Amino acid sequence: MHALLISLQSEFYKSRKTLAFWASILLPLCLCSLVTAAFYFKSEKILAQLYSPPVLWMNYIGSILGIMGSLILPFYVIFMAFSVNNIEHKNDTWKSLFAQPLNKFSIYAAKYIYAVLLIFICLFLFFALSLAFGNLLHILNNGYKFNDYSPLDFLSRIYTRLFLSSLGILSVQFIISLIWSDFLKPMGIGFIGLIAGIIAVTRGWEYACFIPYSHATMVISARKEGVAGQIFTQEIYASLIYAAVLFLAGYFIVIKKSVK
Amino acid sequence: MSNLAIETCGLTYHFGNQKVVDDLSLKVPKGSIYGFLGPNGAGKTTTIKILLNLLKSPYDTVFIFGKEINANRIASLKKIGALVEQPAIYAHLTGKENLINRCILLGVTREKVKDMLSLVGLTDAADKKAGNYSLGMKQRLGIALALLADAELLLLDEPTNGLDPNGIIEIRNLMSELSLKHNKTILVSSHLLHEIEKVATHVGILNKGKLLFQGTINELQTFNTPVVEIQTDNREATAAFLSSLGYVVSNINEDTIQLPFQSTAETGKINTLLIQHGFTVYSIHFVKKDLERLFLDITKTN
Repeated sequence: MHALLISLQSEFYKSRKTLAFWASILLPLCLCSLVTAAFYFKSEKILAQLYSPPVLWMNYIGSILGIMGSLILPFYVIFMAFSVNNIEHKNDTWKSLFAQPLNKFSIYAAKYIYAVLLIFICLFLFFALSLAFGNLLHILNNGYKFNDYSPLDFLSRIYTRLFLSSLGILSVQFIISLIWSDFLKPMGIGFIGLIAGIIAVTRGWEYACFIPYSHATMVISARKEGVAGQIFTQEIYASLIYAAVLFLAGYFIVIKKSVK
Repeated sequence: MSNLAIETCGLTYHFGNQKVVDDLSLKVPKGSIYGFLGPNGAGKTTTIKILLNLLKSPYDTVFIFGKEINANRIASLKKIGALVEQPAIYAHLTGKENLINRCILLGVTREKVKDMLSLVGLTDAADKKAGNYSLGMKQRLGIALALLADAELLLLDEPTNGLDPNGIIEIRNLMSELSLKHNKTILVSSHLLHEIEKVATHVGILNKGKLLFQGTINELQTFNTPVVEIQTDNREATAAFLSSLGYVVSNINEDTIQLPFQSTAETGKINTLLIQHGFTVYSIHFVKKDLERLFLDITKTN
């Protein structure tokens, strides 16, 4: 456990200056700020629609979720899984990492947990900033009645589901980035997977849940269909199974890995 | 209790079909500075990676302080500080941050960072990104990283690579100090004997994965048979004349010929014979091959 904690601490220390780390903070900050700015500057048009507070919140949150859930989140996960492993490939530091008196499981698990934590930070910030900026809009413009409805329950459910749905993609991309050091393979496979996932969901393919890249899109689509109440649905179970199986597979790759 | 810091017993290692380490039986005594020599591609780095368990060795072939490495990986690595090939450094972090990161992994106090930077002469460049370091500076940082854990055994793979003459002397002095004052065992690899002959107490010569020689530096000197080197006005005729008298001409160089040294009296006799038979002798003297030549001879003949 001690080895895992110090490995995790080291991951944070060495990655704190990388784009993958800052993107987990800047993506929610930028996207939420942009949507909030759009709501602020286009307030007359939006207020003319006379939305009820729940519908107003859904419009506001939906503007963020629509872009984030099906595009930004999967891309971020693909890029971040690449970055967490590439830091060792690029600097040729696998050899020094595995020459430390730490068990290989801790080194591997710390990298994986770090990647999971970055997704958590990113989604938590999306959740917190959506809530905070919505209320800020109400303060800046009294016409908005954001204070008359609390979207806390909806937000926490949808972001929990998005978080869980992203673990499947993360695990696939993590293994790909662990094996290959180049940029094109993980990004290329991720991009193709993502397109396939979106097509499978939008075409209503019944086996879409077997494609990890489709899980986030399925969560977003479920929101639109009004069935977001449940947290554990088929795609979430599929994502968790993918995550567990591939996490273990990744560990076996690591212990068999020879640093030539 | 074994007196060996490193022991390999008939270690063989393949990359695919290629045998890179062949029946290697290293014996590195505790407290020694073991010069691990061999030309490029001899298998030195592969051996060091096996000693770090980065490459998996067969069971019961590699022992670190008497313990089998596969069964005692973490305990063995706790006793080893290593610099392998090019130093493994995070280019986006500063030199100081690289050391702090290693402190985190090793559970070592960060206070040591300042001492290590000073020890390898990087105090002024501590806050510069390691990616912008010169090769020599990276090498120094790599050495500092290897020393950080204060390990009993140091594996240094070509540590003077990229260093200027002053840097080489500093590293040499540092190795001597670590061995003498702190009783560290150091295995230092190089393809240049003269670089480490001044500090090494023991030497192992590796070529094409095979250990050709292993022993103390003095034992290596005993391999070094002295010769008599003669320079005359006619090299070929001199060689033919001496051969006709039963002398073995071991080497004919550009200007000189060489014969195995027997005694000073015999050398005097050769000189007299040559002059009596009309040769002009420019020089005749006793020569002991330098170790560098010896090293080249050993690796060439094998």
